[in-house]
Amino acid sequence: MTLKLGVPSKGRLMEKTFDWFAKRGVTLTRTGSDREYAGAVEGVSNMELVLLSAGEIPRELAAGRIHLGVTGTDLVQEKLPRFEQQVEELAELGFGHADLVLAVPQFWIDVDTLDDLDAAASAFRAAHGHRLRIATKYHRLVREFLTDAGVADYQLVDSQGATEGTVKNETAEMVADITSTGETLRANHLKLLSDGLVLKSQATLWRSRVAKYGVDEKAALNTLLDLLEHRK
Amino acid sequence: MALRSDIQARAAQLRVRFEAAGAQVVDTPLLQRAGTLLDLYGEDIRARAYVTTDALRGEQMLRPDFTVPVVEAHMRHGAEPARYTYSGEVFRRQEMDPDRPNEYLQVGYEVFERDDAAAADAEVFSLFALQVRGLPLRAATGDIGILMAAVEGLNTTDKRKTALMRHIWRPRRFRSLLDRFAGRTPVPESRRKLLSTEGDLTGSAVELGKRRAAEVQARVEALREDAKEPPIAENELLALEALMAVRETVPYALEQMRDIAVDLPQINAALDRLDARTAAMKARGVDVENLDFEASYGRTSMEYYDGFVFGFYAEARPDLPPVASGGRYDALTRRLGDGEEIPAVGGVLRPDLMLQLEEARA
Repeated sequence: MTLKLGVPSKGRLMEKTFDWFAKRGVTLTRTGSDREYAGAVEGVSNMELVLLSAGEIPRELAAGRIHLGVTGTDLVQEKLPRFEQQVEELAELGFGHADLVLAVPQFWIDVDTLDDLDAAASAFRAAHGHRLRIATKYHRLVREFLTDAGVADYQLVDSQGATEGTVKNETAEMVADITSTGETLRANHLKLLSDGLVLKSQATLWRSRVAKYGVDEKAALNTLLDLLEHRK
Repeated sequence: MALRSDIQARAAQLRVRFEAAGAQVVDTPLLQRAGTLLDLYGEDIRARAYVTTDALRGEQMLRPDFTVPVVEAHMRHGAEPARYTYSGEVFRRQEMDPDRPNEYLQVGYEVFERDDAAAADAEVFSLFALQVRGLPLRAATGDIGILMAAVEGLNTTDKRKTALMRHIWRPRRFRSLLDRFAGRTPVPESRRKLLSTEGDLTGSAVELGKRRAAEVQARVEALREDAKEPPIAENELLALEALMAVRETVPYALEQMRDIAVDLPQINAALDRLDARTAAMKARGVDVENLDFEASYGRTSMEYYDGFVFGFYAEARPDLPPVASGGRYDALTRRLGDGEEIPAVGGVLRPDLMLQLEEARA
């Protein structure tokens, strides 16, 4: 049997992952046409490359259908309850840096902290008859963060893309989204809360604690770990 | 783990006893309108309840507890006074602990009664104590009404009191508000800058979204007003902290709180109610001399209770949730009653946990 490594199937994340492994003596390549999600591995025998969407990788790890996977800390923590028990972090890959942040319109000069946000949410609910809406796709992480901070009178509305635009369209009053430089937020007239950093994320290599490891998989994993260790 | 049929049999038995105590059986739908629960508990309820949807009725939740639907049913067509009992499944989403069931039976007893709150509190507590008699349980009691009275009577602005009341059930945020109103925490730099300005602030930033510039300006004004107010006095703050830390048997707790009431006279009426309840419990044979009382009990997990609160815990199993718990929720009937209200007190039992503890002992 083979040790299965899940890698995001598209774009810069895939290329950078390939580069990262190449520097450590493991060559990953995409085989066949661009549309075909198949790959090849050289440098470690009995290892197989599986190309997947980054969002599916946490679930595949948790189900044990892949042994290893590259995806962001944000996705693992959002999608896997008690993620430490299901996956083990093997290495941070040093790219794909992104922060999950809370952002409000820049002209909210009265709101800079979670304390301000809580007070503003209370006044907003009294004035508008509904809770202050936060657009996000990271429901669990944001809810846990706000519960912990004791912020009330907000509601999460689902946004799977173009989240920054929801405020202008008045489908939300603020957003919780991933940003690397904050540029998109600024371009949409939004600013970060000073204590509103929910999570720092980067591309990370995870090992499934659930997957089955036979003799071949164990041997392949040890070879790979040696290569990674060697490079450190 | 006890057999499901055994748990059901025990639930039925308990319900019969509650009927014998004068309660009428009610049944409530498994699917609850999500909007009602979200309005009440906020977004946090999503972490605890299963949500489902259809195109016609929108979001619905699998019943996370009975109190809300029972109150709703009573407010719609209940006679007064009323006593209700029910037994059935409740559903709780579990994301952290695989050992906690996500579906279990609850048996409850609720009293809607305008006269003599002390007697109704004592009736509910002693009835539950009777059901769990013989099990190795510790009873915890408290009274959120005392803390609420203390906050309401603070010598500070209504806005500050409203902010504190809003977070009575979130101890951490309550604490940080209190520290700020008492001038114990430094003002954040951003706030200091904002307060150093005067008049309307017309920045260059674009106004966008449903929260308008007038609302921003109104809050800036409110912050300026608040900055002019003196901090909550040290003696009031210390008394409030002493009150929140009270943890004694009922007679000693009462004595301590009467001392604290020298600095917080606003709690005296609430303490009189505790006195009356204690007498009523004693009259029903409760050993109040050895009953525990914690002034902060119920602040983290019992958000709609606003008076007497109680719970029965397995002493040797701190990992288990309470076997029985309940309290007074007058404000909830006001919020769900559409202009109507009625004082109410009640509680629930977990037959599965009762059987589990009995098996462990056998």
